[in-house]
Amino acid sequence: MERIIYRELKSTPTVWGLLVLLGAFVAAAGAVVLYIEHHGHIVTGMNNQIVWGLPHVFAIFLIVAASGALNVASIGSVFGKVAYKPMARLSALLSIALLAGGLAVLVLDLGRPDRLIVAMTKFNFTSIFTWNILLYTGFMGIVAAYIFTQMARGLPAYAVKTAGLAAFIWRLILTTGTGSIFGWLVARQAYDAAIMAPLFIVMSFAIGMAIFLLVVMGVTTMTGRAFGPELRTRLARLLAIFIATLLYFTTVQHVTNIYAAEHWGVETFILLEGGLYTTLFWGVQVVLGGLVPMAILFHPTLGRQARMVVLSSLLVIAGGFTQIYVIVIGGQIYPLEIFPGYDVSSSFADGAINAYSPTILELILGLGGVALALAITIVGMKFLRILPNSLSDANVAPKI
Amino acid sequence: MNIPGLKPTGGCGGGCAGKSDANMKGADMHRRDFLKSGAAMATVTLAPGVTLMAMGSGVAAQANPDTRWGLLIDAGKCPSDCSACVTACSNEHGWEDHGEPTDPQWIRKVTLKDRATGRENSLPVMCQHCENPPCVDVCPTGASFKREDGIVLVDRHTCIGCRYCMMACPFKARSFVHHPVENQKVSTPRGNGTVEGCNMCVHKLDRGDGTTACVEACAATGNNAMIFGDLNDPESDISKALASYPSIELRSDLRLNLGVRYQNI
Repeated sequence: MERIIYRELKSTPTVWGLLVLLGAFVAAAGAVVLYIEHHGHIVTGMNNQIVWGLPHVFAIFLIVAASGALNVASIGSVFGKVAYKPMARLSALLSIALLAGGLAVLVLDLGRPDRLIVAMTKFNFTSIFTWNILLYTGFMGIVAAYIFTQMARGLPAYAVKTAGLAAFIWRLILTTGTGSIFGWLVARQAYDAAIMAPLFIVMSFAIGMAIFLLVVMGVTTMTGRAFGPELRTRLARLLAIFIATLLYFTTVQHVTNIYAAEHWGVETFILLEGGLYTTLFWGVQVVLGGLVPMAILFHPTLGRQARMVVLSSLLVIAGGFTQIYVIVIGGQIYPLEIFPGYDVSSSFADGAINAYSPTILELILGLGGVALALAITIVGMKFLRILPNSLSDANVAPKI
Repeated sequence: MNIPGLKPTGGCGGGCAGKSDANMKGADMHRRDFLKSGAAMATVTLAPGVTLMAMGSGVAAQANPDTRWGLLIDAGKCPSDCSACVTACSNEHGWEDHGEPTDPQWIRKVTLKDRATGRENSLPVMCQHCENPPCVDVCPTGASFKREDGIVLVDRHTCIGCRYCMMACPFKARSFVHHPVENQKVSTPRGNGTVEGCNMCVHKLDRGDGTTACVEACAATGNNAMIFGDLNDPESDISKALASYPSIELRSDLRLNLGVRYQNI
């Protein structure tokens, strides 16, 4: 068994260059926030029909990914898989960073971001948003404590396991809360389903694992540290299982809806007649983001190739992002059914398929959140002993 | 307060009425009783020697928990080419619809065509003032709230503009203010980045008008398609009409017990 030595990232031009680049994205997002705050949301593509837009897709994507990024740490600490333990610190740091990036986008898209203090001091406990505020901040605290238990010397072994278990349970509750933002929306035909919570949890498994794989492959390549092919393949196979599970949950979601006549309208829209949204669903979410990477990663030779793992991870991220886009935007594009059985029209788009074209401002704001998450991860690795000198296959138990 | 039993609603009309004000209980005297007494004046001691005085209609009582304000809309009397209620609401509260999807619409005329029979109908839709409002349930800060007299409002001071209430409302009754607002009506404060919707002309009710701008406008056209009143008072016009003729509430499957009812859809 190889001794694991954690080392900070060295101050190389690549590291600093990357931080400057990410900083530029964050600064651009900051400028966009000030611009929107000054002019109002009129400068975005959102309106009174599409009230949540691209920033929310980015925010939810990052928050869901944050939960999933903790997969590897949980497998190591909670389920006792030794091979995953050297990556647990990075896994935990990445989950905090992704959550911070997602929350930043979410709160900076508020109509009154200056009133964030109100959200932190006035709570309505019938709102899942309120619970999420507590779940998100609590998650950061627990995962930070989890990292501390891993890094501190002289702590008993159960401390890491206990903190890891707490973080694992907390992330399941957290993503239940995120999915329930939609699951508990009784008014809208596209939502109002208990499966939203487990669907989001499975989505987090897949997206988080894909991002983790890319980050660990990227940073080990950048720093010249080893990342064993066997370890990579194990993570990749796990990702394939997560993709399959996500496809299963997505299938159950839609088949259950199709069974009830009251949901035929919205299901016909998403699955058959929704134009862009139907294309995104089948083309990007199901085929490119699901079936293709699953086939690659389960393939006995392709799934072992580093380039194919990168490609598959990128496809899973695209598919996951698209899935959230179809849920958030597609669910609003389809009109509310206030008068079942009637053809409806009004000056307020009643009965009409809505339209949404995000502006560059929303894209910059969302990318700013991604950049912030990556920047926090790099800064964390730069100043803390997060990344092992080597992630070689020395600690991977041979297959029986 | 120098006058027993009288409390102000917050001094900024219904639009920004604070929750604490709206939920005040235990008054000895209701607004009408007070106005009848002829003593339509209140004084508030701000500090020793500094007194704020309010006269007449500026004084209002708190929401009466025994009252539940409601609307009954007869679609059979609502011509498709009439939008007097929409215009009146816009004028009363200062919102403007220029046909852009970012423009607010507190009330809108909806045209219905029965898919089976082809029969057409027209009716106004606004906040339905649910007894169990989803917007109130989902609001993270409690800015969405229900007064004790059943009116569902947004506290503009604590609305953070998250729009979750807009996602949750089954009737698309709420709008988000997409740009800075100028020349606001004194009785209806509005604000960029916050959510708004029909407040049942709470400022008019609190000053004793006993009706709403849309209902007044509808009556002025002679259509009389809208009745406003206290659903808890069996002697009110609205209660008598509801007791006499069949009516429905929208999305009754959601069991929200709406304050707005419809006839002849």
